[in-house]
Amino acid sequence: MLKFTFRGVRGSIASPGPKTVKYGGNTTCIEVRTDNELIILDAGTGIFPLSQTLFPEFPLTCHVFITHTHWDHIQGLPFFIPMFVAGNRVKIYGGQDPITGNGVQEVLSRQLEYAFFPIREAELSAELEYISLSENQVVNIGDAQVTNVLMNHPAINYGYKVTCGDKSLFFTGDHEWAYNIYDPDDDDYQLFEDHIAQKRKSIIDIVRGVDVLIVDTAYTDDEYPAKKGWGHGSFSSSIAMAREAGVKHCFFTHHEPTRSDEKLEKVFQDALDEHPNQSGDPEFYLAQEEFSFEL
Amino acid sequence: MDDIHQQLVQMVDKMPAFPGSVNKVLQMTSAIDCAPKDLVQVIEHDPVMMAKILKLVNSAYFGLSREITSIKHGVVFVGLNTIKNLAISIATMGMLPKTGPAGLDMNEFLLHSLGTASIAKLLGKRLGVTPDKATDYFVGGLLHDIGKVVFAQFMPQEMERALKRVESEGVSLSIAETIEIGADHAQLGGMLAEKWQLPHALVTCIKEHHSPELNNDSNKVLDCVIAANIIVKQVEFGSAGNLIEDRLPDRVSARFGMELYELQNSIRDLDEELEKANAFIRI
Repeated sequence: MLKFTFRGVRGSIASPGPKTVKYGGNTTCIEVRTDNELIILDAGTGIFPLSQTLFPEFPLTCHVFITHTHWDHIQGLPFFIPMFVAGNRVKIYGGQDPITGNGVQEVLSRQLEYAFFPIREAELSAELEYISLSENQVVNIGDAQVTNVLMNHPAINYGYKVTCGDKSLFFTGDHEWAYNIYDPDDDDYQLFEDHIAQKRKSIIDIVRGVDVLIVDTAYTDDEYPAKKGWGHGSFSSSIAMAREAGVKHCFFTHHEPTRSDEKLEKVFQDALDEHPNQSGDPEFYLAQEEFSFEL
Repeated sequence: MDDIHQQLVQMVDKMPAFPGSVNKVLQMTSAIDCAPKDLVQVIEHDPVMMAKILKLVNSAYFGLSREITSIKHGVVFVGLNTIKNLAISIATMGMLPKTGPAGLDMNEFLLHSLGTASIAKLLGKRLGVTPDKATDYFVGGLLHDIGKVVFAQFMPQEMERALKRVESEGVSLSIAETIEIGADHAQLGGMLAEKWQLPHALVTCIKEHHSPELNNDSNKVLDCVIAANIIVKQVEFGSAGNLIEDRLPDRVSARFGMELYELQNSIRDLDEELEKANAFIRI
């Protein structure tokens, strides 16, 4: 069994309020369940409502995979209640900071420094374990496997693939497809294009054929040019990725914080109209808080 | 030698880059809309920045699933922002002095490295390599003498004596370094490159650019770097403290099917490429 529930679908900053009630205002968090295991993808503010549902399972073991350490993907972590209760085991996985060489532990323990949070890491009662991942490393969790590929974002960002039996899902975290930094008449343009194609293939190869793709789709095509280089995808780039990788279901997430439910549904419909259904297309959906899907 | 090696590996992490590139990186990156290709160009023209960034992106703890062989490659695989921040972190360490304490003129050294890089790339293209592979030739040429900067920075007295010995006794710098330090810049640079997990072809260029006889398996990149290194000295473009050589090793002349002067004269874009390198570092 492989099942997931969106606990946070908003990008950048939590956006509660009457205009975002339907799709939700919490930042990124996806609860993934297999028969016996709990895997959590990202620890945005959505991990707090998730943690409220976990009491009956104490003592529990869970595996939190961080795509990258930008605030909207880690902000809920200090409020992840299982960490405060003895008997629980929380394993946190993520990449390393290449600038400082620090592992995921150093990066996250800074969140719990005195100036930012009243409880120190040493006071957390659960058994905590940090695991820094290298690219393509496979982590076995019960009958599931989690592997990663480096995406493109202004931080080290791993996309994660969760496989359980013959079911699989892939979550991009934050991702913008690399673009050419050279002009077409520059000498290095073609070389750079070749690198981009190679990189794209390395990502698509991992995503190919998954049942579910959950993809950063922050912008409309009209908005994208002004946000190029910010590290996020658009409806067109996400649809192209889903088609190229031949996925069955594609969920658009990382909704713009200023986008109301009404506008979100409009830009989604516009995008579908602009990309008429083709043979072999996946089903496209807007990610919605508390929506569950069993593969 | 092992002791020296250990000490240097630790010290090199703190080694600053060349003044021109440090200034340019800090200046460019203070603007939010800095043109990525300009930044890449600056990094690609500084052997210290190049080596340190390749070291970081190829290190085991970072764990990339493929070898990163150039800065452009790095920009696509680990992201522009990461490369930019690596460059900033190197730039903020300070800068190498214009004339090193050992008496090695860093500007001349930079010209020598850039000249070798440009010519090695031209020679690679001439052997029919693709643009992708031609970058390896440029990087190999740029980094071949990295061991000299390390000696000059961390063993200035020994290096100064070695440089003087070249002038007074007419021995090669490798021999002089071996007498004064116990190892030459190729050995030391090669060891560092191995330790840094740089791509294999680069390690070979650095380690064996004065000893082609060591390399039994025919290596195009190395042969081009050896030839480029000799040509750039012949035309007296920059200087890295070594003697001018007047012939190519046999294997290298066999590779091109000609001797040194014929090869040198047959490179059409030589002056133009060297002028580009010259202009870049004088901006």
